[in-house]
Amino acid sequence: MSIHTKTLPQLAAGLRAREFSAVELARHFLDRIAAHGPALNALVSVTADTALEQAAAADRTLAAGLGGPLTGIPLVHKDIFCTQGVRTTCGSRMLDNFVAPYDATVVAKLKGAGMVMLGKANMDEFAMGSSNETSFYGPVKNPWNPGLVPGGSSGGSAAVVAARLAPVATATDTGGSIRQPAALCGLTGLKPTYGRVSRYGMIAFASSLDQGGMMTASAEDAALVLQGMAGFDPRDSTSVERPVPDYAAALGQPLKGLTIGLLKEFFDKGLDPDMERSVREALAVYQQLGATLKEVSLPSIGLSVPAYYVVAPAECSSNLARFDGVRFGYRCKDPRDLMDLYKRSRGEGFGAEVKRRIMTGTYVLSAGYYDAYYLKAQQVRRLIANDFERAFGEVDVIMGPTTPTPAFGLGDKTSDPVTMYLNDIYTIGANLAGLPALSIPCGPVRQLPAGLQIIGRHFDEERLLNVAHVYQRETDWHTKVPAAYE
Amino acid sequence: MSNETWETVIGLEIHAQLATKSKIFSASATQYGAPPNAQASLVDLGYPGVLPVLNQAAVGMAVKFGLAINAQVTPRSVFARKNYFYPDLPKGYQISQYELPIVARGHLDIVLDDGSVKRVGITRAHLEEDAGKSMHEGLGAHSGIDLNRAGTPLIEIVSEPDLRSAKEAVAYLKKIHTLVRYLEICDGNMQEGSFRCDANVSVRRRGEVKFGTRAEIKNVNSFRFVEKAINHEVARQIDLIESGGKVVQETRLYDPNKDETRSMRSKEEANDYRYFPDPDLLPVEVTPEFIAGVRATLPELPDEKAARFVSQFGLSAYDAGVLTASRELGAYYETVVKDFPSDPKLAANWVNGELAAALNRDNLDITQSRIGAGPLVGLLKRIADGTISGKIAKEVFEAMWDSGASADAVIEEKGLKQISDPAAIEKAIDEVMAKSPGQLADYRSGKDKLFGYFVGQVMKATGGKANPAQLNELLKKKLAG
Repeated sequence: MSIHTKTLPQLAAGLRAREFSAVELARHFLDRIAAHGPALNALVSVTADTALEQAAAADRTLAAGLGGPLTGIPLVHKDIFCTQGVRTTCGSRMLDNFVAPYDATVVAKLKGAGMVMLGKANMDEFAMGSSNETSFYGPVKNPWNPGLVPGGSSGGSAAVVAARLAPVATATDTGGSIRQPAALCGLTGLKPTYGRVSRYGMIAFASSLDQGGMMTASAEDAALVLQGMAGFDPRDSTSVERPVPDYAAALGQPLKGLTIGLLKEFFDKGLDPDMERSVREALAVYQQLGATLKEVSLPSIGLSVPAYYVVAPAECSSNLARFDGVRFGYRCKDPRDLMDLYKRSRGEGFGAEVKRRIMTGTYVLSAGYYDAYYLKAQQVRRLIANDFERAFGEVDVIMGPTTPTPAFGLGDKTSDPVTMYLNDIYTIGANLAGLPALSIPCGPVRQLPAGLQIIGRHFDEERLLNVAHVYQRETDWHTKVPAAYE
Repeated sequence: MSNETWETVIGLEIHAQLATKSKIFSASATQYGAPPNAQASLVDLGYPGVLPVLNQAAVGMAVKFGLAINAQVTPRSVFARKNYFYPDLPKGYQISQYELPIVARGHLDIVLDDGSVKRVGITRAHLEEDAGKSMHEGLGAHSGIDLNRAGTPLIEIVSEPDLRSAKEAVAYLKKIHTLVRYLEICDGNMQEGSFRCDANVSVRRRGEVKFGTRAEIKNVNSFRFVEKAINHEVARQIDLIESGGKVVQETRLYDPNKDETRSMRSKEEANDYRYFPDPDLLPVEVTPEFIAGVRATLPELPDEKAARFVSQFGLSAYDAGVLTASRELGAYYETVVKDFPSDPKLAANWVNGELAAALNRDNLDITQSRIGAGPLVGLLKRIADGTISGKIAKEVFEAMWDSGASADAVIEEKGLKQISDPAAIEKAIDEVMAKSPGQLADYRSGKDKLFGYFVGQVMKATGGKANPAQLNELLKKKLAG
């Protein structure tokens, strides 16, 4: 087995057994990044020097018999997380020159756990996109087929882990931005419960929906990384003060007695029949493992896309107002006056999709439209949350496809934003309701990865990870690596 | 400036800076006067990724204010974003409260010129953050931005349109100013901008039920300017209407140098603030226990103190009102009365009279008084025991003020002790009578008014030290022959 296909526990064991040092591990992945990163366009920055320093420090920690399961494990951060002294672009020209003076809480926590940052992953501009084609740094390619998109907005993170350029990448999910690219790239991607992971230092897109998470090969790896990321942060008022369970310890519980809800509305005519077949095969595995399937209905879930495309742009229009060319980020050349500074800095600094959402958001919050759009969307959101709550009275987890189709071609959906938005039709509900959800690879669809989505109750990450892990013990889809990156 | 035809209608929006040590959503200090941007953290600068965290001390202060104006404290109030672009607004929005303010529906009583009491409704008071400051001077073609003030906690106090003249508006403003300082939630410093006010002004014909179109006068930062600005604006609106024009809804700025208001922006140019609940902050939950805790810290409020001064010390409502205009002045007076309990009225006359005049003349407040409560008691005691007359006491007071010496020392040094020895006074009377035969004859033939002449002459002869009561009595006897 090559070093880059090992699981996190295997890597940690290798480090402890001195099979390889953290520096060697970092070098191995940095070499892979150098070899494959540019073609995939997966990273915006590579931080080789600091990576080797951090790895050396991890080696010292390990040599002293200290450290934990993440010490010395390399990772790549989505370029939405602020990293002190390292450029944080958010995939935008607006922040092309921005070097954050502080670490995001997630970055600080994982650094504190001994993880080694190799670089920053490409992403859709300000996390707005479902194909990683809106990045100022150009599209990311899907390691399974360079003519296809990796999904978005965490497309760089997905490509990095799918090509095994790092065993772990952080990511964020506002409407599916972890789960959808994980599905399209054959990975395990977890979006935790809203409030489980601090948003401090994670550049905001839609504050009430954004949640940090990660992509890994397996649920077992995800459990270890979540352990390092989760927890209350006094600097984020929306993070929840609640103990963090031992996620890894909860893995391996039998699934007998588990009731799985099949979301009727997700098995609709928009679903690719091959995708449906793949998902149903995965469900059959769960039945064999002792779980019961039960159809559930979320009557309001059909409104999730329109509600999302009101709430998210509304919040984004306000969150992105700080990028005005005054204090940081892009500033236009020779502004004539204040208005010119604003208009040209923002006009030149933001890309088309970001501008579209800022305009949509500004419109829905305007006097006379607020009640009809924003307020109504919030009411719909409440209905959807109530639907989920009712369903979770009957079932333990809800399963369905993560996306309607496997990865699509670069450029295929860029001309019609609504077609693009519909890619998130199955993932948005969990964000609107603040629920934890993950995507794991199930059987391929026309030789491409497909994702099974598992949605859980608030703060039920333990169960989600266990349900995913037990499936992954029975199957090997999550171990598949594109031939070019084996 | 209301007249027989026109009635003035005014509502005030007062911004009081809360006296918290740190800002409302960050840990930066709030102290005034630091070098530009020395007190601006990443949160205040609106850096990408940072988040606000509410300073609970600001919540306690807002609740305290709410209790002091008999208002409803909202159990679950909500922060909202007020969106607009300006260089001194780093995030592109101000965090404020909109639909659900922390304090709703209270009131405050003010005393009008005729002594009657008027109740002014307070619509709401909400928490918000201040913006920074743009600086346009001394930087050539550039403007500077100082974000020290950005994120400073404010409470915005919005009155009902209950005020009917500039004088009433000022009385209300002063009362709020007194109150926030009593509560120790604001230092009230108007020069530094810790207490400032916008006035919504309109006029209507007397008897008219509908309000006229209003203009908002922005950021007037002294009591005197508030009165002048409103009076000017009222006159402008009346002139405008009487000459066939129409008042337009707009924001106007008062220029104290020219004593005029001028248009800043019209309603059409006004921002659409696109308020919506701030998703970065949870609703502010205020429990009954929290309210009870804050209530326990409420000091005696100005109206309560004034009522007590009236009943306990027999003062007039006016005197009591003046003495309770600040917490410090009330404390000074009570210290004086504690050591001079025999004549609280005399004490009030001196504190509100000579002392207030001297403070005013030297532009000092009571805490900076050159005569402390103890020394003033020393002076009052010498008046009460007849050592000096009230008139001489004023001379002693001035000397005390200038030199810092005690009353006794001044009296001793200047030989101002009152002459209360009947023989000495009689001797002085005899000498005056001997020098004024003509006046004496006139007096005795019925010109009673000349009595004052003899009092004056004797006082002059004794250097003003003759005990006035004794002098009166003895002089009457002597003149009668």
